[in-house]
Amino acid sequence: MKTAMKVANLPRLVPLLYIVFLLIPIYWLVNMSFKSTNEILGAFSLWPQEFTLDNYRKIFTDPTWYNGYLNSLAYVAINTVLSVSAALPAAYAFSRYRFLGDKHLFFWLLTNRMAPPAVFALPFFQLYSSIGLFDTHIAVALAHCLFNIPLAVWILEGFMSGVPQEIDETAFIDGHSFPRFFVRIFIPIIASGIGVAAFFCFMFSWVELLLAKTLTSVEAKPIAATMTRTASTAGYELGLLAAAGTLTIIPGALVIYFVRNYIAKGFALGRV
Amino acid sequence: MLELANISKTVGGQTHIAETSLALAPGAFNILLGPTLSGKTTLMRLMAGLEQPTTGRLHFNKQDVTGLSVRRRDVAMVYQQFINYPTLTVYENIASPLRASGESKHDIDRRVQKVAGWLKLAPLLKRKPQELSGGQQQRVAIARALVKNARLVLLDEPLVNLDFKLREELREELLEVFAGRESTVVYATTDPTEALLLGGNTATLHEGAVTQFGPTREVFYQPQDLLTARTFSNPPLNEATMVKSGNRISNHNGLSFAADGGLKSLAENSYTFACRPYHLLLSEPDAPSVAHARGKIQITEIAGSESFLHLDVAGHEWVAQTHEIRDYQINAEVDLFIDTRCFMVFDSTGRTVAAPEFS
Repeated sequence: MKTAMKVANLPRLVPLLYIVFLLIPIYWLVNMSFKSTNEILGAFSLWPQEFTLDNYRKIFTDPTWYNGYLNSLAYVAINTVLSVSAALPAAYAFSRYRFLGDKHLFFWLLTNRMAPPAVFALPFFQLYSSIGLFDTHIAVALAHCLFNIPLAVWILEGFMSGVPQEIDETAFIDGHSFPRFFVRIFIPIIASGIGVAAFFCFMFSWVELLLAKTLTSVEAKPIAATMTRTASTAGYELGLLAAAGTLTIIPGALVIYFVRNYIAKGFALGRV
Repeated sequence: MLELANISKTVGGQTHIAETSLALAPGAFNILLGPTLSGKTTLMRLMAGLEQPTTGRLHFNKQDVTGLSVRRRDVAMVYQQFINYPTLTVYENIASPLRASGESKHDIDRRVQKVAGWLKLAPLLKRKPQELSGGQQQRVAIARALVKNARLVLLDEPLVNLDFKLREELREELLEVFAGRESTVVYATTDPTEALLLGGNTATLHEGAVTQFGPTREVFYQPQDLLTARTFSNPPLNEATMVKSGNRISNHNGLSFAADGGLKSLAENSYTFACRPYHLLLSEPDAPSVAHARGKIQITEIAGSESFLHLDVAGHEWVAQTHEIRDYQINAEVDLFIDTRCFMVFDSTGRTVAAPEFS
């Protein structure tokens, strides 16, 4: 009787354990963010013994910290808008027209993602320095386009190809101009695809560190770079670092919430 | 009046539409009849201006419209798939062509309500297309085509994806709705029965070429050639290659009958004889000249009040359509009769030599 009950609970136990293991690092991060650095370096404890919000207070009041977030959000937003608006017409062309070399070009787009970002760090750094773009939000946003536009084109192309071409034709037969059709009829149909593409652009731009760090110094310094600096210069400010980490997770979690129903389709580049 | 002058379409060296000339009249259904891949849809897309012809000109009411953008043409189209704008309500779907041409709000409302009334969509105007049944979705597409009041209306197998009852119902409605209009209506279908029910004029297509164009009943009863007769027959035509020699018409499979009546005047030669399944009878008709054959039952299909007997007649696969229930054992031998006046006779090039008269 007892073994039978154990067997019955096993299917529930396995995913439970899995989720607990997944959440351990996140829990530990949040846990640390409410501790002082001394407590973190002291005895092992599963939850904060002296609960403190000092770490968060510091981040929200010290401009070197909160500017990091603002900088990151700024270039991520610029990049997302740029990538999606450049990818929309490109994806439409790949989805609807046959032209010389279209398949090769489409594949070539994806090969941009196959090189590590480090490869592009030097050329971008030199180029932006010489034309005065170094240490600006737009510099990082443009650099991230190199990865995000191909990705957005692939995702949007998948979603667009799921819309029958007869819809386009019907709109033209009805007498709509192309811009009107595209904005009023087509974009609403693939709205979820645009959401997913924007999410992926956001995500890659938000987590990318190397290019963002190389192309900025003070004015556009991203939060991830601020975090690494703190660890090296001002000794061990682990509590502060954990609080910054926790805050970095939040925007991603928020954005994921909005596209949660389409995310699988996005990972399949819209081809489900 | 839509006129196609020597229109052809070649894609990558492949002929999709062979040189075609047609003059489609307003006020009647112009039917494009042919099996799948015979070029019906391509021909329609050429008429709409969605594709440009490789050669030839397209005239609409004496005006050359070849190469004119589809947006500038006075045309409406309904597809086989139910094509509506999924994010817009039924009302906005129907209003779409009027919005594009910039009608006043009041006018749009009046015309949408009128068309919605005809097609029984009035209670559904606030819904989205996905919330409707297939028949209702296709009605929305038809309503959008109607509300524009276009002078050329293209219907590409609009009823194929609907179930049987709805198809009948909507076909009736289409006939009614277009009856009083001056539009040129083009209707593509694969179903010979549907072509006959719609009447009007029919163009039969075979592998991208129009084999015949004329009043539907004339094309059905007096096809100009074998291809047209085959296209316009369901179940398929019963055919046999026969040779006329002296007073007999026979072939080496053992089919043979006297060349009486109208067949007397036939020159001595080899012909394709064909008759429609409902002309292949199981009892001797009262006629001046009757051809007789014996056949072996292969399969019997009973469709309600009709039976289709699939027969092996001296090595030919024939079908007899009877208006009663007939159930036979497989391999049973039956006597078959054909009134020789019902024969369609084609010469070796496929041209019609004789076809039954009709009134």
